[in-house]
Amino acid sequence: MSHFTPVAATLGGLLLGVASSLLFVANGRILGISGIVGQIPLATGSDRSWRLVFLAGLLTGGLVLLGFDRSMLAFAFASEQTVPVAIVAGALVGFGTRLGNGCTSGHGLCGIARLSKRSIVATLMFVATGALTVFVVRHVLHLGGGPS
Amino acid sequence: MKRLVVAYVCGLLFAVGLGISGMTHPSKVLAFLDFAGDWDPSLALVMGSGVLVNLVFFRMATRRGAPLLAPSFSLPSKTAVDASLLGGAALFGVGWGLGGFCPGPAIVSVVTGATPVVAFVVAMLASMGVYDWMEARTAATGLEREV
Repeated sequence: MSHFTPVAATLGGLLLGVASSLLFVANGRILGISGIVGQIPLATGSDRSWRLVFLAGLLTGGLVLLGFDRSMLAFAFASEQTVPVAIVAGALVGFGTRLGNGCTSGHGLCGIARLSKRSIVATLMFVATGALTVFVVRHVLHLGGGPS
Repeated sequence: MKRLVVAYVCGLLFAVGLGISGMTHPSKVLAFLDFAGDWDPSLALVMGSGVLVNLVFFRMATRRGAPLLAPSFSLPSKTAVDASLLGGAALFGVGWGLGGFCPGPAIVSVVTGATPVVAFVVAMLASMGVYDWMEARTAATGLEREV
């Protein structure tokens, strides 16, 4: 537990809650990144507009983080993971979240709060297979994996 | 118009929340998933505090009956746990455990222009497109099983 960051984690989590609550209370939408972004190509009219604007907000937030403190963004990823691993991981995340109708935000943050059985099951499933994958990579295959 | 402003603000706040919480650090995510190693429970607090806020406000909004700026809530229609949900979540978890990235932090981190991050996001968006293409094909050829 050498790198436990309870204060930042709680503050950041509260902000994630505020953002997803605001989208639900005001617009009646679930803040699920994979659904919002993944459906941009097929959406039309105003349904497409809000998704694009949300994506613009996400990227603006990224720029804010970059300007405020570069270390907040994933430069560590570059030293830790190779491009082929990134591509395989990205493909699994993309296909899996569309097939399973959601990711960490839609199922995890919003679905659990709605007490949705599907979301609770999905969250348990992706944490389980995520943990299993890390276990195999780090403790069975002994590849990479040292915290940076 | 107001709805678009809200969507933009929510995207921005969400990205900043991801940055503050540590979710944009794949190493931190992997340390959370590494139960057999030097386990870092931080992400449980991220999820826990976020869910807590949502529990309160989602309930309030649902009691009110309608959102403030829209005629009704847009909620998923499916309620049953099915093979797609389980299989999709399982695949997503494997990808999450490999890269330490879920969709939100990956997209936010694209602004760094770092090659592996961009590669991750391009692969993610492409496979989302493949999924949609497969779905459309299944629907068109009538192969979709109706239960």
